[in-house]
Amino acid sequence: MPAIQVTNLSKSYGEVKALSDVCLSVETGEMYGLIGPDGAGKTTLIRIIATLLLPDGGNARVLGLDTVSQYKELRGEIGYMPAVFSLYSDLTVQENLNFFAGIFGTTVKENYDLIKGVYHMLEPFKDRPAGKLSGGMKQKLALSCALIHRPKVLILDEPTTGVDAVSRMELWNLLHEIKNQGITIFVSTAYMDEAKQCDRVALIQKGTILGVNTPEGFAHMFPYKLFAVYASDIWKHLDAIRRLNACETAYMFGHSLHFATKSSNENADSLGQILKSIGIDAMVKEIDAGIEDYFIYQLSEK
Amino acid sequence: MMKNVIEVENLVKKFGSFVAVNNLTFTVGKGEIFGLLGANGAGKTTTIRMLCGLLSPTSGKISVAGYDAYTQPEQIRANIGYMSQKFSLYSDLTVWENIRFFGGIYGLWGKALKGRALELVEEFKMHDFKDIMVESLPVGWRQRISLAVSLVHKPPVIFLDEPTSGVDPVARRMFWETIHHISSLGTTVIVTTHYMDEAEYCHTALVMVDGKIGALGKPGELKQKYVVETMNELFLSLARNGNTKS
Repeated sequence: MPAIQVTNLSKSYGEVKALSDVCLSVETGEMYGLIGPDGAGKTTLIRIIATLLLPDGGNARVLGLDTVSQYKELRGEIGYMPAVFSLYSDLTVQENLNFFAGIFGTTVKENYDLIKGVYHMLEPFKDRPAGKLSGGMKQKLALSCALIHRPKVLILDEPTTGVDAVSRMELWNLLHEIKNQGITIFVSTAYMDEAKQCDRVALIQKGTILGVNTPEGFAHMFPYKLFAVYASDIWKHLDAIRRLNACETAYMFGHSLHFATKSSNENADSLGQILKSIGIDAMVKEIDAGIEDYFIYQLSEK
Repeated sequence: MMKNVIEVENLVKKFGSFVAVNNLTFTVGKGEIFGLLGANGAGKTTTIRMLCGLLSPTSGKISVAGYDAYTQPEQIRANIGYMSQKFSLYSDLTVWENIRFFGGIYGLWGKALKGRALELVEEFKMHDFKDIMVESLPVGWRQRISLAVSLVHKPPVIFLDEPTSGVDPVARRMFWETIHHISSLGTTVIVTTHYMDEAEYCHTALVMVDGKIGALGKPGELKQKYVVETMNELFLSLARNGNTKS
């Protein structure tokens, strides 16, 4: 039995279709990422899975329990960390934790081993009101509170949004520790580069799942040959490059340009020659596509 | 030689005994894309607020577009553009109405306002949707309109505070192409971001660590100097040594 099973799920807000016919399946013990930009439907999907929102059609089962008809049983088994800080700002760190443990009929002591990794960073501030913590610390408290009843499935809605690169990495390290304790994790993010942290990833855009795969697996789903082009002042040449017959798409990726071509005859040398013919001195290398290349390909197809 | 649009020398800002910005010195030239990077709490926001004339420095020198931050903050505010991750557009006005509204705030009117609005529509290729309500446009487009609106008074400097947060990968790249376009036309751009691939898109990057300069230079040169492959590696190695967490 999968830990999470979503079948033909749809949800609309008035005229706006937030989810259309979404299907996915998360294995027990998996770190499963839901990746897509703002407005793609991530939060809607997560809220339905977390029993907080009713779908219009289809169904979601978590640990075999239906999120609509069996929500009461289910709520004790899942931990949920919303995108917005939702703890009590005027309670201290420790009071918040005790409160959430109490709600779930347990104690901090009983489950301390599970939250230890997260909570030890918070302990120096345990008497500080939660509202007065830094962003990174608020998040660690929210994570502790979501774990305090030892859930089997942990659901996190964009835990790394608005957080700097260092705190993002810390958070992922914590999630890996939690996963190692056997907890299934379902996490959403708008950062494509976080895909590599997950066992599998579902890409979502406009309420539709564009594809599900392992982070490396997306490379095989990319249908074109892909090259990295390194040249100085490349921004000035983007229009000219996109006008080339060989060019399917051309987008900047950090310090190189990713150039996709449908023509299977091209190789790094021939592309270098083509670029030279329009006055660009470039180093060209054939590369494997990443998840972001695949996402861009899917967006450009539409 | 490039003319400096921003000059900062020994800039310090203290809040009580806490030193938020500690002795910054840098210059930004005309048309330069200057990335301001750093962990949360490293002093980016404080620095930007001082550069925008919204916060008075404790000590040191700042001049922006030729105006002094101590004595001429109002002139600074009139000569900069600002766009943040939160949309400042009115969602129940059309694109055209938004441009005219913000133009009016900056003192444009009559023919001059109409002319400038038309110019922006042309420059940002907004013909097809200038009469559409902002709320019904996709996020990527709203972002570009925000940028257009923040340029309505032709400021020599524009501040972009995490402009691409949560935007899809194509829209994010189109936005950066627009940034490079306005830079090539001579507008100076100061930009903050949490996407480290975007740090590579800047002409110059300043990585702040605990209110100080952790690294400053062209991304290519910085990577060479610190022997790293990407700006992300550089950022992580510098910021991790910092002490900004509390």
